[in-house]
Amino acid sequence: MDLSEIWSTVFSFEDYAEILPLVSNSLIAGALLGLVGGMIGIFVMLRDMAFAVHGIAELSFAGAAFALLIGTNVVVGSLVGSVLASLLLGIMGAAAKDRNSIIGVLMPFGLGLGILFLALYQGRSANKFGLLTGQIVAVDTVQLGVLAVCSVIVMVALVAMWRPLTFISVDPAVAAARGIPAARLSVAFMVVLGLAVALSIQVVGALLVLALLITPAAAAIRVTSNPVLTVSLSVAFAMTSVVGGILLALAGSLPISPYVTTISFLIYLVCRLIAWRRDRVRHSEKMAAVAA
Amino acid sequence: MATDTSPAAPAAEPVVSMRNASLRFGDRLLWDGLDLDIAPGEFLAVLGPNGSGKTTMLRTLMGLQELSGGTVKIAGRPATRGSRQVGTIPQQRSFDDNTPLRARDLVALGIDGHKWGIRLKRKAMRRRVDELLELVGATSYAERPVGVLSGGEQQRLRAAQALADDPRLLLCDEPLLSLDLHHQQAISGLIHRQACDHGAAVVFVTHEINPILQYVDRVLYLAGGRFHIGTPGEVMRSEVLSELYGAPIEVFESNGRIVVVGMPETVTHANPQQRAHPLQGA
Ligand SMILES: Nc1ncnc2c1ncn2[C@@H]1O[C@H](COP(=O)(O)OP(=O)(O)OP(=O)(O)O)[C@@H](O)[C@H]1O
Ligand SMILES: [Mg+2]
Repeated sequence: MDLSEIWSTVFSFEDYAEILPLVSNSLIAGALLGLVGGMIGIFVMLRDMAFAVHGIAELSFAGAAFALLIGTNVVVGSLVGSVLASLLLGIMGAAAKDRNSIIGVLMPFGLGLGILFLALYQGRSANKFGLLTGQIVAVDTVQLGVLAVCSVIVMVALVAMWRPLTFISVDPAVAAARGIPAARLSVAFMVVLGLAVALSIQVVGALLVLALLITPAAAAIRVTSNPVLTVSLSVAFAMTSVVGGILLALAGSLPISPYVTTISFLIYLVCRLIAWRRDRVRHSEKMAAVAA
Repeated sequence: MATDTSPAAPAAEPVVSMRNASLRFGDRLLWDGLDLDIAPGEFLAVLGPNGSGKTTMLRTLMGLQELSGGTVKIAGRPATRGSRQVGTIPQQRSFDDNTPLRARDLVALGIDGHKWGIRLKRKAMRRRVDELLELVGATSYAERPVGVLSGGEQQRLRAAQALADDPRLLLCDEPLLSLDLHHQQAISGLIHRQACDHGAAVVFVTHEINPILQYVDRVLYLAGGRFHIGTPGEVMRSEVLSELYGAPIEVFESNGRIVVVGMPETVTHANPQQRAHPLQGA
C-alpha cells in the first residue's frame, strides 16, 4: 500500500450523501456520549481517577465479551461488568493509594477473562475487535434507546451531585466539617462513572475510553479555571471528537476510534499550546512589572 | 445582628461545653478529664506541641471524632457533623495546581457547597462572595485559579469561607500560618470581630500566641497527655509550662510579647511512636 492509497483509505468521502442518513442513530448516540463524557471527565480529573476509568473499562469489556459469547445484549453485558467493577472499587478502594493497587490487580484479570470469552466465541470476528477498539457504525434503535436512557441517568445524577461532589473533591477537610457524606457520595459517583464507561465503550472501545472521559476535560482545564466554562468546553471538545470522528470514518472501512482519539488529542495539544503561550505572556508581563 | 455582645456574659448558655472529656488512640492519651465551657463572644487559644491533640480537639467539636469518654455539647446539643452553626478554617493544605476553580468559586463552595444540584441564584451569590472577598482582602485575586495562589492567599480564602455563614462557633486551626504580618493582624482581627460583634465563640489553635495576645480571653495548653486552662497570664508562666513539658522552661514578657525559652525538642508521650499528622502543612 503506498501513501496515496493509505490516504484514500483514511479519508474517503465516496457516496457520502447516501450514507449519512443511515447513520443518524450513530450520530445521536455519539453526541449523547460526548455530552456524558465531557461532563463526567471533569470529575474524573478532579478526583484523579484516570487509572480507575481504565480499570473499569477492562472489566466492562469482560462483561461485554461474556454477553457476546452467550448471545445476549452486549450493551447490557458491558453495563453489568462496569457497574460491578466500579462498586467494588468504590467500596474497597476509598483511598487513592489502595484504589490504584486494586485496579492494578483487577485490570489484567478482566482483560484476561475478556480474551478468554472472545476466544470461545464463534461468531463474526469484527464484533470481537469492536469491543476493544470501538464500533458504532450500526447503532439500531433499540441500542440507541438503551444508550439514551443510561446517558440521561448519568447526566441527572451528575447534576444532582454537582456541588457537594465538587466540594469533597477539591476541599475534603472543609467539606467533611460541613457534614457532606463523602463516603456515600464517592460510591454513588463510582456507579455513575461505571455507567459512563460502559456507554463510552460502545463508541471508542475499552482500550480507548480515556479519549472520551479524560482528554476533553483535561484539555478544558488547561485553558480555564472558570467552572462553568470548564464544563462547557469539555462537553464541546468531547462532542466534537465523537461526532467529528464518526463523520470522518463514515465512508471508509476503518473503525471510528482512531478518528475520535486523534481529534481529541489534537484539541488537547491546542489547549496546551494556548495555556503555554498565556503563561509565557503572564510571566513576561510580571518580569516587566518587576523591572519597571 | 449582634444579639449578645458582652463577651463571657455569665448568664449566657455556653456555646461549647465539654464534661470530663477524654480522648485516646490505643494506649496514646491525648487528654483526660477535660472540663471546658466556652461562652458566646469568648476567644480561646489552644496551644501545644505537634501531635498534642489540637486538631483532634477541633474534630471532636465538629462531630468528626468521637470522644473516648465524657461529653461534648455545642449550644446544648451533642456535637454533630455538618452543623450550620460551626465555621472552620482547617489546618493548611494547598490545592492542586490544576484545580478548575477560581478564588471566588472556592468561597462560594463554602457558602452552598453542601447543597444538591447546581447553583441557581448566581447573582445573589456573586454579591455575597464579593463581600466576603473584600472582607479578607482577596478581591484582587478573585478571578485567579486557586491552584496558583500562594499559601497565604489561599489561607485568606479559608477565612472567608469560614465566616460565610455567620457561625456561632468558629474553629480555626493555625489560621495565621504563612500569612505576612499585615495579614496576620487583618485575619485575626476579623476572627475577633466575629466574636465581639456577632457573639461567636472562637477556638483558635496556634503555635504563636503573640499575634493574637490582645484578643485572647483564655488559653488551653495541651502537652504530653496533660493540659492547663486559664487566662494567658495564668497559663503562660514558667512553672506551668515546665510542669506540662516536664522540663525546665522559662517564660518572659517583654514589650507585651510572650517569649518562651527552653522548649524541649520532643515531648515525652505515653506512646513513643508519635508520628506527624498527615494533613500537617509545611
Ligand atoms: N484517627 C486517628 N487514629 C490514631 N491516631 C490519631 C488519629 N487522629 C489523630 N491521631 C494522633 O493523635 C495525635 C494528635 O494529633 P493532632 O492532629 O490532633 O495533633 P496537633 O496537636 O494538631 O498537632 P500539629 O501541631 O502538628 O498540628 C497525633 O499523634 C496523631 O497521630
Ligand atoms: Mg494540628
